[in-house]
Amino acid sequence: MRRGTRPSVAALFSASAADAGLAIVFGLIVGAGLMLLGGFDPLAAYRALAMKAFGSPYNAGETFRQATTLMLTGLSVALAYRAGLLSIAAPGQMALGALAAAAAGIGLPPVPVVQPVIGLLLGAAAGALWGALIGTLRAYRGVNEVIAAIMLNWVALYGVNLLIRFGLADPANRQRTRTVAETARIDAPWLSDLFAHARLSYGFFLAVALLGGYAFFLHRTRLGFELRAVGQNPVAAALAGMKDRRLVVAAMALAGGPAGLAGAIEVLGVYGYWTVSPTLPAAGFDGIAVALLGGAGALGTALAALLFAALSGGAAGMQFEVGVPPELARVVMAAILFFIAAQNLTRGLRERLGRVERRNARGEEAGR
Amino acid sequence: MSAAFGQLLDITLVFSTALVFGAVGGLLSERAGVIALALEGYMTGGAFLAAASAYALERLGFGPASAYGALFLSMFAGALLALVHAAATVTYRADHVVSGVVVNFFAAGLSLFLVKLFFAGAGQTPTLREGMLSRVAIPGLADLPVVGSALFRQYPTTYLAALAVGGAYGLLYHTPLGLRLRAVGEHPEAAETLGVRVRRLRYGAVVASGAIAALGGATVALTTTGNFSHATIAGQGFIALAAMIFGRWHPFGAAAAALFFGMATGLKNVVQLSPWARAIPTEVIYMLPYALTLLVLAGLAFRSTPPAALGRTDEAR
Repeated sequence: MRRGTRPSVAALFSASAADAGLAIVFGLIVGAGLMLLGGFDPLAAYRALAMKAFGSPYNAGETFRQATTLMLTGLSVALAYRAGLLSIAAPGQMALGALAAAAAGIGLPPVPVVQPVIGLLLGAAAGALWGALIGTLRAYRGVNEVIAAIMLNWVALYGVNLLIRFGLADPANRQRTRTVAETARIDAPWLSDLFAHARLSYGFFLAVALLGGYAFFLHRTRLGFELRAVGQNPVAAALAGMKDRRLVVAAMALAGGPAGLAGAIEVLGVYGYWTVSPTLPAAGFDGIAVALLGGAGALGTALAALLFAALSGGAAGMQFEVGVPPELARVVMAAILFFIAAQNLTRGLRERLGRVERRNARGEEAGR
Repeated sequence: MSAAFGQLLDITLVFSTALVFGAVGGLLSERAGVIALALEGYMTGGAFLAAASAYALERLGFGPASAYGALFLSMFAGALLALVHAAATVTYRADHVVSGVVVNFFAAGLSLFLVKLFFAGAGQTPTLREGMLSRVAIPGLADLPVVGSALFRQYPTTYLAALAVGGAYGLLYHTPLGLRLRAVGEHPEAAETLGVRVRRLRYGAVVASGAIAALGGATVALTTTGNFSHATIAGQGFIALAAMIFGRWHPFGAAAAALFFGMATGLKNVVQLSPWARAIPTEVIYMLPYALTLLVLAGLAFRSTPPAALGRTDEAR
């Protein structure tokens, strides 16, 4: 049931900055085309989107807050991707991480610093455990990691809902957990003040630091090297004596950590509670888009997270000012992803453009 | 006892129909070598277009015929989305799984975008009235004892799904085209050497898979929910994909697996109605089909082999 080798996975890592830039432009053009068909003014809509995303200190701060989540879910997907695995598990892991952090924030003794640190660690551990389960199913039972993740996402969602209703529920509102203790919060008031009270917390720095650590891990540690080796050529890695099954489990567990942390930060740094939900957190799925656009690298993932945070946060402005349904932002994201995935398409177009330019240049020379 | 059996059989068929369409569509694509992860997107697109067009036809005064028109139209949504997947994977050699994820993303975003555009910002299409499909009894057979009513007083989509299973079997195993299609999924280079047009065949298989899977989405909208929202398909495309794997890429196997998963979903509804089950939290019941699917996959995985060239993007063409 190993669904074939995926040689082009390795090719995806090499999404260059130029490919990514071109994909973004094409994605925005697709969105503009749809808006024209719907009778909207795309330029006005994109302007409203940009204003909503970055137009004021508060808006920019909120965009950075969303980018925090996306950096972590993007990092999660990127890590798995480096080992040749596609992780779709981030939504479920986010929910589990959020629940674990909420439990720590509600149940643990209110000791400053210690309580939030334990909460964050528990959140990351919840995500990592879920990832290890998927990795085990993949490595030892041959279940495709995408299918396993999709099924386990639903199990996680309903499990979290169940635990909220029968354990952590707020007596006044059984559809959400109690609010975590003040001592458990990771608010950064000085940063928040800087951005006109946007809900920014120390989680932002944690995400940035983890992305930095990720670059170091990939290129400067033995495990990082082995993961990349397995991702790029599983056969060669196995011949070199690397235990690829154990590496698959390790990669999925490591990837689960940041996704669980993203959920924990939402609880301890933003909302202070988690709610019963009929749907999985969208930011988890958006992590796939972020990692792909970022070429599964640290800097790329950070920039892609900022772009997608701006797109999804700015969508509300687009709706308010111009009346464009906010789902358009998701269509634009999908279009950007399509052009990244079909790199041969963007490459081909670029080569054709290059040829035209060269021809023009030659023409000018000849005319001279 | 026999009444309860008939009821379970009936509800199993109602919930399996969409999965059968999905699984049959998926296996056409995968037997030709293209991973069908985009099934979820095809079904979402089909459900959206079915619900929206049935409502439009209803408003135009087509009455009960609206549902049949909508069923037909829904196939175009799936085919169009499948064309995107085929272009990405066959022509531009994108990773099949990534392209599938993208198509799913795209279908979900675009269909909700269009719902809001057409229906003044609403989160779902208006609920259908006479534009929904109604059950059709097959004279004579419907009056058989025990199973008659469950099997032969069904929605037209259920009969159509049975035809699709038989049709896929006939096509794959008893026609030259089916032989070529399977060859393309096993050994495209060999097939090409013998003059099979690999890319054209793959495009055809993938587009057909989209159209058939979309019928599954339309089935949900036109027989069960009566409208389209973000929750209409909610993972059924992935369950259909699991059914196809569980059924070992064979039409009959896939259909049997789809029936099994449909029963798990149906059980959810039956269980919720019985008094003894009130004590079970709804979340546990909701988890059931997903957990069951995973357990089954983990238990059988090592015994099923996908088409040899599935997901490959590196072959010479």
